[in-house]
Amino acid sequence: MSEYLSKIKEISERLLKEEKVEIIIGFRKGTVPMMNEPCFAKTPEQVKELVWDSNCGINLANYLTDRKEKIGIIAKGCDSRNIVTHIIENKIKREQLFIIGVSCKGMIDKNKITSMFENEINEVSEDEENIIVKGEGFEKTLNKNDVLQENCKICVHRNPVIYDELAADLLVEQKDVDRYEDVRKIEAMAPEDKWNYFDDILSDCIRCYACRNACPLCYCPTCFVDESRPQWVGKSIDPVDTRTFHFLRAYHCAGRCTDCGACERACPMGIKVRTFTKKLGKDCLELYGWEAGLSLDERPPLDTYRPDDPEDFIK
Amino acid sequence: MNEWKPRIVGFLCNWCSYGAADLAGVSRMQYPPNVRVIRIPCTGRMSPKFILAAFMKGADGVWISGCHPGDCHYMEGNYYARRKFALFKNLIEYMGIEPGRLHFSWISSAESTKFASVVNEVTSAVKALGPREHFIKTMPRVA
Repeated sequence: MSEYLSKIKEISERLLKEEKVEIIIGFRKGTVPMMNEPCFAKTPEQVKELVWDSNCGINLANYLTDRKEKIGIIAKGCDSRNIVTHIIENKIKREQLFIIGVSCKGMIDKNKITSMFENEINEVSEDEENIIVKGEGFEKTLNKNDVLQENCKICVHRNPVIYDELAADLLVEQKDVDRYEDVRKIEAMAPEDKWNYFDDILSDCIRCYACRNACPLCYCPTCFVDESRPQWVGKSIDPVDTRTFHFLRAYHCAGRCTDCGACERACPMGIKVRTFTKKLGKDCLELYGWEAGLSLDERPPLDTYRPDDPEDFIK
Repeated sequence: MNEWKPRIVGFLCNWCSYGAADLAGVSRMQYPPNVRVIRIPCTGRMSPKFILAAFMKGADGVWISGCHPGDCHYMEGNYYARRKFALFKNLIEYMGIEPGRLHFSWISSAESTKFASVVNEVTSAVKALGPREHFIKTMPRVA
C-alpha cells in the first residue's frame, strides 16, 4: 500500500506543478478510524494530505459531476467505471480528466469490524494481509480477506478500465466468482417470502438518503423523492413509502450501477441496499449482455434497443 | 352482488390499443368491465412511477398495452419501453409482488378480438390472485 501512496503522491505533485490539472481528487485521513474522506488538493503542498489504504471505499466519481476545471482523479476499478458512466452521460468530458489508475485489492467493511468489538475503536492500521485494530484495552489482528466489503469480495473489475497513468501494476482479476448467488436465492422464494424478506431488510431505514447522496449515479437536479407536484413517493417512513423509495432508487441505477458499494457503505443503519441494484445488474447482464462502465463507445441498455430483445413476458 | 371485483388500471397507447378498445366497443364485443383505462401517447411515455402509483393507490392489477414492435407511431418508443418493462417487471416481482398482477401486451388498432381476449386473460389472472395485500399505503395521510 505504501508504494501505491508514494506513486500517487508523485504523480499528483507533478500534475499540479506542471499545471496539467487544477485540482487532484483523492482521499485523506478522516477524523475517525476507517472513514477516509475525499480530498481536493489544489496546490502541490496539499498533496501531502493524500492517503491510500483499505478505507477508500467512497466513490470519487461522485465529485466530478458538472465540474468545469481540469481534474486529476484517483480511480480504483469501480471509480473508473463510474467515470466512464459519467462521460457517457455527459456529466464530465474525457479531456478534462487525468485519471490516475489504482488497481484495488478491496476495501474493508467498517460496519463488520465495528460490530466485532464492544468498545470504541481508536486506531486501525494495516499491512499487506492484516488489519490491526486498536482500542481502549484491546488490540486484535484481523485477516483482511475476512473483513472485506461484500461487493469487493465478488469484484471482477479491480483494475481501472480507463486511466492515463497507473500508480501500481495491474492485478490479476478474480475468476470463478459467483456474483449473484444471493440474488438467485431471493428469486427462488415464494412471493410472500420475498415480500417479508424485504420488509425485514428495510425495517430499519430512516430515509436519510445517504445511499442516494453517496451514489455517483444520483445527480438529478430534482430527485424524485423531493418532487412534490406530483408527489410520487411519500415522505413518511410508512413501510410502503420506504419500499417505493428503495425500488425507484434502484431502478434509476438500472444498467448504470457498477456495484461499487458506496450506498451500502454510507448507510448508517447497515441496510443491504445493494440487494436491489444487484438484481438489475444481473438482469442487464443476462438480458442485454451489459455491464456498466466498461466502454466509452457503447450506449447504456436503457438508451438503446435491439429489434430482437427478449419479450416472452409480453402477450 | 357481493362478489369481489378486481380493480385494474390499463395504460393504453393512443395509437393502437386505445383504438382497439374503440373498435371492440363499436363491434359490440363483450369483455369484463374491470379495467380502468388511461390513455397514454406511447408506451415509451410510461414511467415506472405510474405503475407504482397505481399499485400504491390500490389497484389490484396493472396492464400496459402498446403497438407491436416495428409499428410504433414514433418509430421506436415501444422498443425502449420493452427494455424498461422487462427490468421493471423482474424487479417488482423480485420484491414480492405476485407474477400475474402486472401485464404487458402488444395490440394493434385492428386487433379488437385480441383486445377482448387480453382483457379476459388479465382480469381472470388478477381475479385468481384475489385482492392485493401489499404495497397499499395504510398510514393516514398528513397534509
